[in-house]
Amino acid sequence: MTLKFESRHRLGAFELDAAFTSERGVTALFGRSGSGKTSIIRIIAGLTSPDQGKVVFDGDVLVDTQRRIFVPKHKRRFATVFQEGRLFPHLTVQQNLNYGRWFAPKPERSNNVSNIIDLLGIGSLLNRRPEKLSGGEKQRVAIGRALLSSPRLLLMDEPLAALDDTRKTEILPYLEALRDEMNIPILYVSHSVAEVARLADRVVVMSEGKVAMVGAAADVLNQSSILSEDRREAGSVIEGRVVHYDAPHHLATIGFKSSYIYVSGTQVAEGKPVRIHILAKDVMLSTVRPEQLSALNILEGIVSAISVDEARVADVSIACEGTPLLARITQLSAERLGLAPGTRVFAIIKTVALEPY
Amino acid sequence: MDWFSLSDQEWTAVHLTLRIASVAMLASLPFGILLGVLLARGNFWGKSILNGLVHLPLILPPVVTGFILLILFGRRGPIGAFLADYLGIVLSFRWTGAALACGVMGFPLMVRSIRLSVEAVDRKLEDAAGTLGAGPLWVFATVTLPLILPGIIAGMILSFAKAMGEFGATITFVSNIPGETQTLSSAIYTFTQVPGGDAAAFRLTIISVIVSMVALMASEFMAYLVGRRVDIE
Repeated sequence: MTLKFESRHRLGAFELDAAFTSERGVTALFGRSGSGKTSIIRIIAGLTSPDQGKVVFDGDVLVDTQRRIFVPKHKRRFATVFQEGRLFPHLTVQQNLNYGRWFAPKPERSNNVSNIIDLLGIGSLLNRRPEKLSGGEKQRVAIGRALLSSPRLLLMDEPLAALDDTRKTEILPYLEALRDEMNIPILYVSHSVAEVARLADRVVVMSEGKVAMVGAAADVLNQSSILSEDRREAGSVIEGRVVHYDAPHHLATIGFKSSYIYVSGTQVAEGKPVRIHILAKDVMLSTVRPEQLSALNILEGIVSAISVDEARVADVSIACEGTPLLARITQLSAERLGLAPGTRVFAIIKTVALEPY
Repeated sequence: MDWFSLSDQEWTAVHLTLRIASVAMLASLPFGILLGVLLARGNFWGKSILNGLVHLPLILPPVVTGFILLILFGRRGPIGAFLADYLGIVLSFRWTGAALACGVMGFPLMVRSIRLSVEAVDRKLEDAAGTLGAGPLWVFATVTLPLILPGIIAGMILSFAKAMGEFGATITFVSNIPGETQTLSSAIYTFTQVPGGDAAAFRLTIISVIVSMVALMASEFMAYLVGRRVDIE
């Protein structure tokens, strides 16, 4: 599948002028709020008609302002999961789930209703009304409803943004299962590095209505200029494979380039590709190899750059045998250790600080 | 309870009023939904004029409305003549004419109630239904209509209650013929004009009060349901 998008659209003082192509798998539209992500989703879903532009999905022209083509939203079969769920309040969960399925063309109607219900863990909610569901449950039902309409493309507009952290961690595994088990391309809008790092294959970075960068998730997310938008989320994304799983200790060893990292978490198959988002604030630095320390992950590297911000916090970029790593320490610590580009350091990462897979 | 037994004329008036009110309510319902949706969602030239026209019967003296109906729908009126010549429908001095007058008088109330409930519907839900593959008509039938149902029912009850009590427009348009156009209100009026008619007028008044109270309470309940649904969103 290929989705080709190019549009110019004016909304008051805001101007969208973006073009990108999205392939199979999960493509994340990433950027701070007001960067035009939602406008793009609305144009693709058919909720907004762009002033100028073209949207083509697998050779099927959906929007072409020059040729005056605009396929209405109900004929596109691009199911959308919105930030607020938007379940129908007058229908039960079961009826909500059946809604999209009923409008799907008969031969393509999905037969794996029970699979999807199991995948999302909503089997016990079927007879309830949406008003009786928690935020996380609502969102899972909304995802199920979208999937059961047998969409050609699944659009997700910040599906987790309205939820608190606990709910987010509750839903993320379902989204990962969805990505791995259902063969549906997904366009995922988010402003959270952690979500994008966990889910996306490709990332399109939006900034002030324009595409700032496009590329593979790990490459794009390691550009510190992007991550610096939200400093609490600053960090590095590392891609690797599970090389070993230590069942008694619930520890997975992830191998990437030439180093290894331990991540504690649930059972994973060996050989599974994983991506780990290491927050810069979880990384400690030492100039000598530490001993008698609880932290399992100690990586040796060379400082490549140090940037100090106005709050006297230093972001230290370290090259660990080809793997980029970012550490946040105080300027005082950096001075005491005498850090400068070229210094040999040991980066210490607490295993439990890492988000599993 | 002997004093409360109704005479034939009184019974006929009660029956006739219920029939006229029901027909007025049901016949104006499709137009009420159409205009309620149009006024809530439509964006067209002359919208405020249309809105004014719909509300006119609420503001005009009922006698004026009745007189306008007489001019338009009378045997020789432009619409009345057409209906009589081509469709064989005569409205003047018939109970169907009374139903028309009651329907027109209750119409602003019905449209207002439906319009408000349409405005309360979250259009984002309709967008969501659209992205799931439902065409505009399906969206209206499966999302909009169920959500505005309490408003429609409240509008119907208001229109019915208005018809139960309509007097001025009805008596001007179709007069006060016992057994044909004499409704509860016009019967009460007649009884108060004859000596010794007080008891009959009183009996009909009690019936009128009971029917109106029930209608009003039902309408309040529907309004409560609408309010609750809006809260959930």
